[in-house]
Amino acid sequence: MSDNVTLPKQGHSDTTATTGEELLTVEGMAKHFPIYGGFPFKRKVGAVKAVDGVDLTVYKGESLGLVGESGCGKSTTGRLITRLLEPTDGKITYMGQDITHAKRKELAPIRSEIQMIFQDPYSSLNPRQTVGSIIKSPMEVNGIDPPGGRETRVRELLETVGLSPEHYNRFPHEFSGGQRQRIGVARALALEPKLIIADEPVSALDVSIQAQVVNLLKKVQEEMGIAFLFIAHDLAVVRHFSQRVAVMYLGKVVEVGDRESIYNRPRHPYTHALLSAVPEVEVEGDGPPRERIRLAGDVPSPINPPSGCHFRTRCWKAQDKCATDDPPLVQISGNSEGHLTACHFPEDPIVTAHGKDVILDPALAALEDTED
Amino acid sequence: MTTLTKTEDTPSPTGSDAFLSVRDLRVRFSTEDGIVKAVDGLSFDVERGKTLGIVGESGSGKSVTNLTVLGLHNPKTSTVEGEIVLDGQELTTASEKDMEKLRGNKVAMIFQDPLTAFSPYYTIGRQIAEPYMKHTGASKKEAKARTIEMLDRVGIPQPAMRFNDYPHQYSGGMRQRAMIAMALICDPDLLIADEPTTALDVTVQAQILDLLKDLQQEFGSAIVFITHDLGVISHMADDLLVMYAGRAVERGSVREVLRAPQHPYTWGLLSSMPRLGGDINEELMPIPGSPPSLLNPPTGCAFNPRCTYVDTVGGGRCSSERPPLADGRAAACHLPVDQRQDIFIDQIKPRLG
Repeated sequence: MSDNVTLPKQGHSDTTATTGEELLTVEGMAKHFPIYGGFPFKRKVGAVKAVDGVDLTVYKGESLGLVGESGCGKSTTGRLITRLLEPTDGKITYMGQDITHAKRKELAPIRSEIQMIFQDPYSSLNPRQTVGSIIKSPMEVNGIDPPGGRETRVRELLETVGLSPEHYNRFPHEFSGGQRQRIGVARALALEPKLIIADEPVSALDVSIQAQVVNLLKKVQEEMGIAFLFIAHDLAVVRHFSQRVAVMYLGKVVEVGDRESIYNRPRHPYTHALLSAVPEVEVEGDGPPRERIRLAGDVPSPINPPSGCHFRTRCWKAQDKCATDDPPLVQISGNSEGHLTACHFPEDPIVTAHGKDVILDPALAALEDTED
Repeated sequence: MTTLTKTEDTPSPTGSDAFLSVRDLRVRFSTEDGIVKAVDGLSFDVERGKTLGIVGESGSGKSVTNLTVLGLHNPKTSTVEGEIVLDGQELTTASEKDMEKLRGNKVAMIFQDPLTAFSPYYTIGRQIAEPYMKHTGASKKEAKARTIEMLDRVGIPQPAMRFNDYPHQYSGGMRQRAMIAMALICDPDLLIADEPTTALDVTVQAQILDLLKDLQQEFGSAIVFITHDLGVISHMADDLLVMYAGRAVERGSVREVLRAPQHPYTWGLLSSMPRLGGDINEELMPIPGSPPSLLNPPTGCAFNPRCTYVDTVGGGRCSSERPPLADGRAAACHLPVDQRQDIFIDQIKPRLG
């Protein structure tokens, strides 16, 4: 069994595809899940504003990373784009065609071009079907007959994702987590899609297995030219995989730009906080010290998000303006093209330590004051 | 300096300077499929006020080790051999009554998932106060005052009000803070933290890690910190133990292990992790294959089926002979030390950036 995918080394540049053709555009997309309550008649008493005005563009053949903490709406965004959910508001355009509220029949030809890879390889594969029929079923549903037959194609796909073609008749439980995720990838590739939405594809896997799947996805993306919307909370994995990155907070995109800008010259305070919180493997004293920002508390509830800028309740730069005006997602002076930030008072574009640490957590601040 | 100075095979006399000392620990579970060797000959020491980090993938035996220290394994289905000495007291043979006196008092634990670790049926306040009342004999009123003080210390806003809340009314980060308050309420000498931040978001994880570190300085507890994340370990621990398939494969101070790792498995872990500062065009180097089943672990070195350097050692030694883990800073590998150093400098280090 070849579990190890050997990859050809290729010198790919960092700025591929950013100027390419638009594949998918999302404008002001929102999804509000209603909350019902009351007795004896249930009435709508509120809404979870899971996605609240997201603007995104995915270009052909590029990989766009979508990062954010749990509950920020990144998975819902993925499901809205695949139209597994009906958006409450906004517009989704796929290759020039408005699919925001497209009917089942209108969507049918598009569904085969947008595929999804799910987070949990244990629950996303039907335990009663063989690997062969799992990978074959998208072709059956869409009536696709590849030359040489479906079975040959499935065996090819199994080989592409680093499994052995002999696994055709096995069941999912016979595979490890990493191998199951490969089956999920093979299923997504079965229809030769143009866009794959990968929703946390590696976060359920062990570190040593994670790299295998990341490498596989990267190979697939580069060799087949498939565009990816890579949803993940791990900033280091996203940096490795995506040419462009969008940062989400409480249902909104707060900053988007090419990899270089987001990781080395972030402007939004939340991006700074996220980057500074990543636990990097480093020995103290090696390399320049990084910024240290410790936010207070958790992400607020999306049922009742803060007015104006959603991040203002945890932001150290917040002023009165932030509570009243919702900052637009625009290019701030000094930023490179395509690097958009939604902030009234952007941070300096550096990530190394400058000035004092920002400690907003009260318990932490109290403990560290007594130490000084 | 490292606290891990004892040899693996020779049991040290009890009452050494180490606060917790584990010697040649073997934990086995009997299952329908056979005997699972969850921990297979593990030794380590933890000094007072120091943090020992244990890293390994799922199924490497890191959690089982620490559940055994607390006596939380099921004696009906598991056998424990070896020695666990805590502050001069032998724990493997201790009675359930003695263990009860220790748990939550001298040794406390922080679990990975704070939602399942709390009972949904009782208020957070009551659950935190309970061990304090039990171990110190304090009255309900005293325990409440102490609980509110602890909740305040770990950063729960309006602690007097939140005392009466149920776990589901707390957010994930707050639950983990409450768990830290519960663990620290009796001022334990040893704190076992089993993946305490794995279920949390990065920004909250950073808060909790800093909090634990600051509180440790104040309380002076020793911490055994279990995680799969080398990044977290590099910020938290003084010493490091890398586990694979129920055995320790490498140990040393964090600085030594991360600067110059010596075991092929540690190399694999480091080079399969993407980093914020790394080169984007550098391919990740995954470890081929998957972790072995502990029902039937590979003979010799447990890592040999996934190791790239088996042929460098040659003679089939890797699959026949189990490499010993020597004293102090060491790695359990048949490769000669000089050769390991050369391989690390020539092949591994360049890709770590």
